Amino acid sequence: MDVIEQGVGRIFTDPDADKAREFFRHKSRALVSKLTTVKEAVEKYVKDGDYVSIGGFGVNRIPAAVLHEIVRQGKKNLGLAGHTATHDFQILASGKCFNKVDAAYIIGLEARGLSPNARQYMESGEVEVSEWTNYTLAVRYKAACAGVSFHPIRNMMGTDTFKYSGAKTVKCPFTGTKYALVPALYSDVGLIHVHEADIYGNCRTKGIIMSDYDIARSSKKLIVTCERLITNDEIRRDPTSTLIPYWCVDALIEVPYGSYPGNMYAEYFSDEDHLREWLKVEKDPEEFKAFLDKNIYGVKDHFEYIERNGGIAKMNRLRQKEWLFVGARA
Amino acid sequence: MANYNTMELMICTAARELEDGASVGVGTGAPCAAAMLAQKTKSPNLVILFEAGGAAPLIPEMPISVGDSRTTWKALMASSMAEIMETACRGQLDYTFLGGAQIDMYGNLNSTRIGNDHQKPKVRFPGSGGANDFGSFCWRMMVMTPQDPKRFTEKCSYVTTPGWLEGGDSRAKSGLPLGAGPYKIITNMAVMDFEPTSKRMRIIAVNPGYSEKDVQDNCGFELLKAPKIAENPGPSETELSILRDQIDPYRYVIGR
Repeated sequence: MDVIEQGVGRIFTDPDADKAREFFRHKSRALVSKLTTVKEAVEKYVKDGDYVSIGGFGVNRIPAAVLHEIVRQGKKNLGLAGHTATHDFQILASGKCFNKVDAAYIIGLEARGLSPNARQYMESGEVEVSEWTNYTLAVRYKAACAGVSFHPIRNMMGTDTFKYSGAKTVKCPFTGTKYALVPALYSDVGLIHVHEADIYGNCRTKGIIMSDYDIARSSKKLIVTCERLITNDEIRRDPTSTLIPYWCVDALIEVPYGSYPGNMYAEYFSDEDHLREWLKVEKDPEEFKAFLDKNIYGVKDHFEYIERNGGIAKMNRLRQKEWLFVGARA
Repeated sequence: MANYNTMELMICTAARELEDGASVGVGTGAPCAAAMLAQKTKSPNLVILFEAGGAAPLIPEMPISVGDSRTTWKALMASSMAEIMETACRGQLDYTFLGGAQIDMYGNLNSTRIGNDHQKPKVRFPGSGGANDFGSFCWRMMVMTPQDPKRFTEKCSYVTTPGWLEGGDSRAKSGLPLGAGPYKIITNMAVMDFEPTSKRMRIIAVNPGYSEKDVQDNCGFELLKAPKIAENPGPSETELSILRDQIDPYRYVIGR
């Protein structure tokens, strides 16, 4: 297949499937407890310069506790998959933790507006960016999962999105149709928050899965936080519900309300007041610094963060809001 | 004549385009409101899909995120990003609504940047998200946006999502799937479609209170005109009451 055109965007991760197979060959399949703390997991598994993929959808079922810890530990020069990235991107931008981004959706918080700080960071020239789309990043994970180095797609062609990506176009050897090929995306670290897991890392979620099936399997190391631990017997009673098997998981931490201030399907709704405050304080550097000191640098963990933002009473209101219970809007 | 604002007018106009039994991929805000209005008026079997994975929900109130719990409320399926996008790839998604900071005469959209230095843009926007995906694969892409000469520009500083590219058959030649592309542009002043051969934007209807001249004066390129230009009827009392009382009671979208 001859390459017809190619984008100028840099490919930040190695798409070589044989090198990845060699890595996964040696990843442990031992059925042992993966339980640890958020602090230890980030210290051990997130290195400066690593390429990171985040599960969920920006502000829905996000690993907020782990993201705060990455900022708190001052991780730098990370690569980041900007796949449906909203509040997660905003958190890591607050610590200038990354300097390379595969951009599909970044700096915005959908209907809530754009993050002034994340936007400024992306306009500063400090971050190298390649362009993709939400679907093309999803299929880059799929290619990695399947152990192949690329995946064909039929979009991006004819646009600047293609021009600033790392994709290449070719002709199909069967039909002659033109396709764009996108390289497999193997991340160094995946970060995912789920509803339930056993101590070995067998995980369940409820609701939409976004790209988490593929992120879990294509990441070389995987840190999982869960709303609650369940027994291995419970996993075995209903194997249909397992989204991620334990052999993909390196570290597991039980973090109730771990997606806060994000939404967790069938558990609690997003804290819109807190997200609005975050967007507001970003407009003033002094206010923003004080806000980050209060919520990230000055707290030891996610529990303390929640305590400082209304604690269990707030969490109960967000639970009511998730289920649209009358009177829960106040 | 009923009292309404331009956002309400655009949403009601857009909702009328969505026939019963069709499928539509929507984002939050006005597109979602249009799909909900269509579902509550003439198209009860409209299939609404959200890119994060929500499929055919009975939306109880306006979602804030295309991945929040409202997008799967009483839904038929809670799936994945790939599943929804591949529904579009296969050819099973009829409509979508997109937007952007800039749109040109062929319906190409910019939602990525202003300025020429890609690594240090003058203004950075979110990027494609799912827009390039939906815009490439959905049979009929529509845009709902207020009209001004800055947004309706001669040339986008960056093409995030394909319209008819350079017009004519350029989109087909690019490798994008055949037969899909921009369909209608719904603004506060008019409804536009695309002339079949040149694929250039043309006025097909003007909204109450606006003239063809107003539309052209608020557009940065020359618009073609359909042989017969209709007057787009404003929203009905029924549409307005459903929109205000059931769909957006807190005026998140229609209050903008």
